[in-house]
Amino acid sequence: MVQLRLPPKSRLQKGKTYSSLSQGPEMKLFHVYRYDPDSEDNPRLDTYEINLKECGPMVLDALIKIKNEVDTTLTFRRSCREGICGSCAMNIDGTNTLACIKPIEDCKGDIKVTPLPHLYVVKDLVADLSFAYAQYTSIKPWLQADSSPAPDKERLQSPEERKKLDGLWECILCFCCTTSCPSYWWSGDKYLGPATLLQSYRWIADSRDDATGERLDDLEDPFKLYRCHTIMNCTNTCPKNLNPAKAIGEIKKKMVERID
Amino acid sequence: MSSLQQKRPLSPHLQIYKIQITSLLSILHRGTGILLFLGSIVWALWFVALAAGPESYGQLQALFLHPVGLLFLMGWAFSFFYHLCNGLRHLMWDLGYGYDMPTVRFTGWAVVGSSVVLTVMVGVIGFMLMGIWNEV
Repeated sequence: MVQLRLPPKSRLQKGKTYSSLSQGPEMKLFHVYRYDPDSEDNPRLDTYEINLKECGPMVLDALIKIKNEVDTTLTFRRSCREGICGSCAMNIDGTNTLACIKPIEDCKGDIKVTPLPHLYVVKDLVADLSFAYAQYTSIKPWLQADSSPAPDKERLQSPEERKKLDGLWECILCFCCTTSCPSYWWSGDKYLGPATLLQSYRWIADSRDDATGERLDDLEDPFKLYRCHTIMNCTNTCPKNLNPAKAIGEIKKKMVERID
Repeated sequence: MSSLQQKRPLSPHLQIYKIQITSLLSILHRGTGILLFLGSIVWALWFVALAAGPESYGQLQALFLHPVGLLFLMGWAFSFFYHLCNGLRHLMWDLGYGYDMPTVRFTGWAVVGSSVVLTVMVGVIGFMLMGIWNEV
């Protein structure tokens, strides 16, 4: 359901400001979303002043610096720090991306950091993705083949068949695209969203998979697939430069092709 | 919704997400669609006034020539052309073309530009026709 405003308990309050002890020629203000589940307070935006001369180049470096030096209670997910694990997905400067590969210098003025949009917040920048993961599970993201290969043989693909998976297998399931999609914000309980649909197409496009018909049957639904209105926020925001909108378009084409 | 979710706040969405050419043109497509619907009611009224005789037609015509009426007519014309051009863009996507971001940006601006040009053209032609009628 479309609900433009945040519920009362979710609305942001003014937070604290932490100025930096060391000053330099390049100072930057980070406004970071804070929510403490142990208190009854609304979420707030805390402001941290950072001397960029003493900080690494990426937004994740700034968050780690804040956690190490200013406020150890700041909570966020991170792991690989090189854009391959997808843990530090968050909204930075108004768009979803991975904090570890988002250069601070790409953001003009103050930087606002909030959790992935329209999700339930567990704490600070950690949003609850369990429903999105369950939707991902629902598309059966594994190879379904009718025949079993000989024990000493792989399932072979031609280079052309393998090429069809390029731009799909690279997805790291960070859900930046899914949570950038207004359609997912309003209908996320039923619409699968771009990340899960791109994954679905990854298996539909796989020459070794024999369950294409069943996979398409499962998506034949007013919401699961067809809530995509080609808004294109997903492709615009993907930190891996993949194209979920195109993958969804390909599924829609397959739906039409199999009618005759 | 579990009790945990009821307690947890919803993260900000529209409030923080940057307005981009992708989402802006999408919501404009919806907005112009709604305007087209409202415009078609006015269009029907125009026919009713025409059928009811010269007097009622003249009254409605005067309303249309009022600055607010003109603004509505131009807005309606823009809605028509934007919805048409962007509709073609959607057809292109449905055929599987034009999904890469440079193309999306280019076709987006092309749709905005061409609907503005077509609206202005319709306005100019409308006024020219009106001038010819007034002389006759």
